[in-house]
Amino acid sequence: MCGIAGLIHRGKSSNVGSELQGMLQALKHRGEDSTGYALYGDTDGKNFIMRFKVGENVGEGSSSVMEDVSVYDERKKIVDQTLAEMGAKIVKEERTLPYSLRYEIDFETKDLLDFSQRIESIPGVEILSMGKSLEVIKDLGNAKMVCDRYSLDKLVGTHAIGHARMATESGVDIKSAHPFWGYPFSDVSVVHNGQLTNYWNNRRVLENKGMRFMSECDSELIAVYIAQKMREGASLEEGMKDSLSGLDGVFTYFVATKDSLGMAKDTMAAKPLVLYESDDLVAMGSEEIAIRSVLPHEIDTYDPFDGEVKVWQI
Amino acid sequence: MANIKAIDKKSKAQSMGMHTEVLTGRTQQKFFNPDEAENFYYFGTYDVDFNKRTELDVMNMSAPEANKEIDNLMSQGYGTIVIKNPQGKHSLGVGILNKLNLIFEGSLGYFGMGSCDGPIVRINGRVGWSCAENLMAGKVVIEKNAGSCFGAAIRGGDLICKGSVGARTGIDMKGGTIIIGGDAGAFTGFMMQRGRIIILGDVGINLGDSMYDGTIFVGGEIGSYGSDAVDSELTLSDQDWLRRKLKVAEIGEDFDVSKMKKIVAGKKLWNYDNLEPTEKKGAI
Repeated sequence: MCGIAGLIHRGKSSNVGSELQGMLQALKHRGEDSTGYALYGDTDGKNFIMRFKVGENVGEGSSSVMEDVSVYDERKKIVDQTLAEMGAKIVKEERTLPYSLRYEIDFETKDLLDFSQRIESIPGVEILSMGKSLEVIKDLGNAKMVCDRYSLDKLVGTHAIGHARMATESGVDIKSAHPFWGYPFSDVSVVHNGQLTNYWNNRRVLENKGMRFMSECDSELIAVYIAQKMREGASLEEGMKDSLSGLDGVFTYFVATKDSLGMAKDTMAAKPLVLYESDDLVAMGSEEIAIRSVLPHEIDTYDPFDGEVKVWQI
Repeated sequence: MANIKAIDKKSKAQSMGMHTEVLTGRTQQKFFNPDEAENFYYFGTYDVDFNKRTELDVMNMSAPEANKEIDNLMSQGYGTIVIKNPQGKHSLGVGILNKLNLIFEGSLGYFGMGSCDGPIVRINGRVGWSCAENLMAGKVVIEKNAGSCFGAAIRGGDLICKGSVGARTGIDMKGGTIIIGGDAGAFTGFMMQRGRIIILGDVGINLGDSMYDGTIFVGGEIGSYGSDAVDSELTLSDQDWLRRKLKVAEIGEDFDVSKMKKIVAGKKLWNYDNLEPTEKKGAI
């Protein structure tokens, strides 16, 4: 079933880590195989923040395997060496869990494609997010478990999207968890609720254009599809509108960039979404109870209509 | 204005979107036999006093706890219950099978007021998906917006949303009336089998798709017609009925019903000659 939630503060920052945790925890009955956060924190914008994993946390149905920590250590060394070869300087390093790392990197580039391809050519290494504000954190368990594990409740920023997953068409592991980074675009992330029925057709086309897929989760297609449209010169909103006809199936999804948050709903309106919109805050989720966790007082909410696309700026 | 009293019963039923007046089902014959009142008995229903009023704060209750407490209050004879802080919880107010004045001071989540038969409900907020699903009788008024599948499979009663509603409003409905003050989404009236839907605003694509029977009235623009949904002549008795219905619903009383569009099934897909009990009452 899955649940998605997102919020954007306009003109101010807030404790988005804690707020999104509350929203996703309210949706935990929609799935708690894994939970993911895409948080847009307040930074000075100088360095890239790279969240990546050097191993898996494995649950039911996953084709991945748990490995020894020494294997993770070896992969980390190769990542460090590759970064040095590319002239990227590690300014700050955090290893939250043996398989999950966060680097702040001093690196000048406008095209992350080559950078990402080199890092991910190291077996077992996957970049979860890359950007100057975005941080994607995802792991097995419900929202509170993941928030506590990664100490996300103190993160201050402008906007965030998240996903509570009930695994259906792919296994329980981090690589299949949402959000997905809009590879290779800096600061682009996607969460999705629904099923896409033309996944393989689109995937083959996009792979022929040089795009990469890390999982067999149909939701990853949305991130790659929109990233490809943006590579071809479309704006975020144009890419999202194009997806309404390009993607087949039922879906409601959110896309976030460094300074914006968007939603799209398929033409069948088969997946739920409740939306609250005011001058200083937009909050939305699969169910109203998610919004209630940040706005407990009486508010006006509504369901966006079929085929609707909306984008808000910070 | 048409003189409804002067029209014979069959013509009146047909003009209101019903095809015949013949009752053949044994269940329905039983329903209308006053000598068999015991057939109306519902286990777990209560005689309540509308003047006996109380408030219930459900802020820290789960939905089952809140519903159990509503049942407990009805068993004590309370006929007017005000629910405070519903906070978008799912499945509140379900399965009420007796008359009751129920007021929600806030919004409901999914499946609010599902499977009810008789209560008069006012929700001073929004409702999520599948509000009043399977409603048999009574009246449910929503002051703000509603989610998708609004009034799914209702068999009777009046369901009124003063704001806009999502997709598939009245899906599989088998009787009763749904009134929307604002706009409605795609697939409104999808597979409806009887009853009426009134939309004062615009409606999305595939209106009345695969409808078997029933009538949809639209005041605004229509995105597109669904399979087998066709226009029909808006009669004077339709207009008279619409005016009365909107007045009772406290919504769109000044709306010019003479310009509304009437949509019905283009084919008779199945033989639905047996009227629902509440429709029978309305037609007589």
